Amino acid sequence: MASPPPSEPATPFALRQWLRWGWGQLTSMSTALLLLFALALAAVPGSLFPQRGASPLAVNEWLERNPQLGAVLDRLGMFDVFASAWFTAVYLLLLISIAGCVLPRLRVHLRALRTGPPPVPAQLDRLPCYVRHRPALDSAAGSAMAPAPGPAVIERAAGYLRGQRWRVQLSADGQGLSAEKGYARETGNLVFHAALLVLIVAVAAGALFGYRGQIIVREGRGFANTLTQYDLFNQGRLVRAGDLPPLSFTLEDFTAVFEREGTQRGSPRAFIADVLLRRTPASAPEPVRIEVNRPLRVGGTSVYLTGHGYAPVLAVRQVDGRLLHADATVFLPQDPVFTSTGVVKMPDAQPGLGLQGVLLPSAQFGAAGPVSVFPAADNPVLFLTAWEGDLGMDEGAPQNVYALDFTNLTQIGSTALRPGQVWTLPDGRTVAFVGLSQFASFQVADEPAAGWALAAAVVAMIGLLAGLFVRRRRIWLRLTPDGWEAGALSRTDAPGLADDLTALTAAVLGGNRQHRHPLEG
Amino acid sequence: MTGLTAAQSTLADLSLALVYASLGCLLGAGVAFALTFARSVTPTQPVAVLVGAGTVGAPVDSAAEAAAESTGGPADRGRLPARIGMALTWLATVLLAIALVTRALSAGRAPWGNMYEFALAGAAAALIALLVVGYRRDVRWLGLWVVVPIALLLGLAVSVLYTESGPLVPALHSAWLVVHVGAAIVAFGAFTVGTAAALLMLIAQARPWFAARLPQAARLDALSYRCIAFAFPIWTFAVVAGAIWAESAWGRYWGWDPKETWSLIVWVLYAGYLHARVTAGWRGGRAAILAFLGYTAMVFNFFGVNILIPGLHSYSGL
Repeated sequence: MASPPPSEPATPFALRQWLRWGWGQLTSMSTALLLLFALALAAVPGSLFPQRGASPLAVNEWLERNPQLGAVLDRLGMFDVFASAWFTAVYLLLLISIAGCVLPRLRVHLRALRTGPPPVPAQLDRLPCYVRHRPALDSAAGSAMAPAPGPAVIERAAGYLRGQRWRVQLSADGQGLSAEKGYARETGNLVFHAALLVLIVAVAAGALFGYRGQIIVREGRGFANTLTQYDLFNQGRLVRAGDLPPLSFTLEDFTAVFEREGTQRGSPRAFIADVLLRRTPASAPEPVRIEVNRPLRVGGTSVYLTGHGYAPVLAVRQVDGRLLHADATVFLPQDPVFTSTGVVKMPDAQPGLGLQGVLLPSAQFGAAGPVSVFPAADNPVLFLTAWEGDLGMDEGAPQNVYALDFTNLTQIGSTALRPGQVWTLPDGRTVAFVGLSQFASFQVADEPAAGWALAAAVVAMIGLLAGLFVRRRRIWLRLTPDGWEAGALSRTDAPGLADDLTALTAAVLGGNRQHRHPLEG
Repeated sequence: MTGLTAAQSTLADLSLALVYASLGCLLGAGVAFALTFARSVTPTQPVAVLVGAGTVGAPVDSAAEAAAESTGGPADRGRLPARIGMALTWLATVLLAIALVTRALSAGRAPWGNMYEFALAGAAAALIALLVVGYRRDVRWLGLWVVVPIALLLGLAVSVLYTESGPLVPALHSAWLVVHVGAAIVAFGAFTVGTAAALLMLIAQARPWFAARLPQAARLDALSYRCIAFAFPIWTFAVVAGAIWAESAWGRYWGWDPKETWSLIVWVLYAGYLHARVTAGWRGGRAAILAFLGYTAMVFNFFGVNILIPGLHSYSGL
C-alpha cells in the first residue's frame, strides 16, 4: 500500500473503515463458526499427546522415546496445548467474536424491550400465518354471529392477548394492534453468551490464583501445608508461598478394601484415610476421614485422597549392633496387584549401603517365578538386593529417591524376606524387615474462582434453555372495511403459530364458536 | 466384600439373555425397515396450497409447513413391513429396558458403571428417542437408520464390551454417577436420532433417488434440529455435572483429561450446528456436516478415548 502524505485526511478515515471492516468480519457469524470449528480442532492434539499439566512424567517418557519428533512437537506446544499461543489465540478471538456479537444485540434487545412490538405491516396476508374475518360474508354463509364493531374487536383482542401475557401496542390510529411474546428467548441467548464469557474469565482466574500440590504421607507421619513439604507443586502465576493456609494433619490409619470374589477380584472397593487434622497450628486436633469423592475442605483449600501404596519398615544395623537406619520407606506401586519397588539409601554407612527392593503384597511362587496375586498384604514378601560402595549423593546433584545410581556400586547379595525376618549381609551387617506400613498420597488444591465458574455455568444453562425453547412471535391485527384481519410471524422453528391465531380468533369472536384447525381437518 | 450372590448372578444372566433377545428384535426391525425404505417412494405431487380459504376465520400456516405435515412423507406402500418394524422396535426397547433394570438390581447400582452398561443404556436411550419422535409423527423412513447402528452397538456390547455385573471402583462411588452419566446417555440418544435425520438430509441433497424415499428436506431439518436442540442443554448439563464431580473426586473441576476434552469438542461442534442453522451460507448441508462431526466426536469420546488414550476415565473394564 502506498503511504499517503501525512496531511491527507483520508488516512484515518481509511484506517477506520479498515478497522470497521475487520471488526465486522471478526464478529460475523461465519467467523464465529469457523472459530468454533478451529477450537474443536485445536483441542484434539491436547487429547492425543500427553500434557505437561496432567501427566508430566508421560511427557518426558514420550520425549525420550521420540527425541527428534518430540522436540519439534514440543516447540509447537503439543505437550502443553491448552496453554499454547495458538490455542489461546483461537479462544481469545472467539471471546472477542462473542462479545462483538452480544453487545450490539444487547443494544437492539434493550431497544425492543423499551419500544415494544413494531407497527402493523402493510400487507398482513404476506405473513406465514394469516387469518381474515368478514362477518358479512360469514353471515351470508349461515353464521348466526352478530358482527362486532371495530373498536370492540380491538378491545377484545388486546384484552385476550394481555391476559396471555403478550406485550400489546395499540396503533396510533386505533385501527389495529401489534403484539409480541417470548422476549425471554433473546434475553436467554444474551445471558447464555455473557455467562460463557464470565465462565472463561473465572477459569482463567482460577489458573492464575490457584495452586495444586501432591504429597505422600506415610502412616503415623504428618504433613504441614508449606511449599517445602510438597513432592510436586503447581501454582498459578499470582500465588505466593505465604498464601498457603497453615493447616496440618497426621495420617493415623489408611485402609484399602479390595474385591475378593468373582472376575473383578482385586478391584478396589474402598479407600479410607483417617487423619488427625489441625486447621491452624493453634487449634486442637480433630479426627477426620478422607475418602475418594469425599475430600477434606478447610476454608478454600481441599485435600483429596489420590493414591496409596506400601511402605516396608526396615531396620539396618551395623556389625556392632548400632542402628544405621530404621524407617518406613515408600515403595511405588507398579501394577494393579501392587507389585511395588523402592530403594533405601544409606550413604553415610561405612561402606555406603543401598538396598533395592521389590515388594509382593500377596506373593505366590509359581513356575514363572514369584508374583503378587492380590493387591492386599495377605502374604507380603520383600525381595532385597544389597549394593555397596559410593551412592553418588555427595556431589549435590539431585537424585531420584526411588532409584539407585549403580555407577560406583557393587552387588553384595540378595534375598527374600517376610515380615519379622532378618537378613545378615556378607559383611555382617543385618537388615530386618520389621513390618509393612502404608502410605497415602494426597492432592492439596485451592481453586479460588471455582464458585464463580459454577455460578456462571448454571446461569449459562438457564439462559440456554430460554434461548432454545422460548418461542418468540408477533401477532398483528387490523380492522378492514368489511371486518378484520390478523397475521402472525415467528422467527423460530417451533410450530404453534397457527394455534396462536386460532385462539386469538376464538377470543375475538367471543369464544362461543368452534374453530377447526385447518391442518387437523 | 463378597462377590455376587446366587440371586444377583441369576439376574445378571437374565439381563444378558434379554439383551440378546432385544438385539434379535432389532435385527428383525432393521430388515423390516429396510423393506419399508426400499419400497417407499414419494410421488412427486404438487404442494397443496391452502391460502385463500380463510374466510371462516381459520388461520392458515405457511404452505411449506402445511404440506410437510399433511403429506406425511413417503407413500404408504410397504405399510406392513413398517408396522412390523415399529412393533419390533417397541419390543426391543422394552426388552432392553428390562435388561437394564435387572442389571441394576444385580449390581445394586445405576446400570451405567462401565462401557458395556453404558452401551446398553445408550442404545436404550436412542431407541426411546426414536419412539418418542415417532409417537406423533411418521418416522418409518428414519427407522432403518437408527435401528441398524443401535443393533451394531448392542452387538459390540455383548461381544467385545461385556463385563460381569459387580460393584464399582471407589472413584465411581458417587451420586454424580447417576446424574452425570445419566445425562450423557439421554443426550446420546437424542443426538443419535437428530444426527441421523441431519445425515439423511445431507445424502438426500446429493442423491435424488435417495431423497425420493424421504420426507422433504424442511421436515428432516426441523426434526433434526428439534432432537439436537433437546440434547444440547442435556449434554451441557452432563459436562457441567462432570466438572462438579471431577472437583470432588480428582481435585480439579477441569483438567483437560481426554474425556473432558472430547466432551468439549462434541459440545463445540453441536454449538456450531445450532448457530450454523441460522447463518446464511451454512444452513442445510454445512450444518448437517457439523452435526455429523459432533456425533463422530461423541462416538470417539465413548470408544476411542476409553480404549486408545490413557486417562482418568478408564473404567471400561476391558
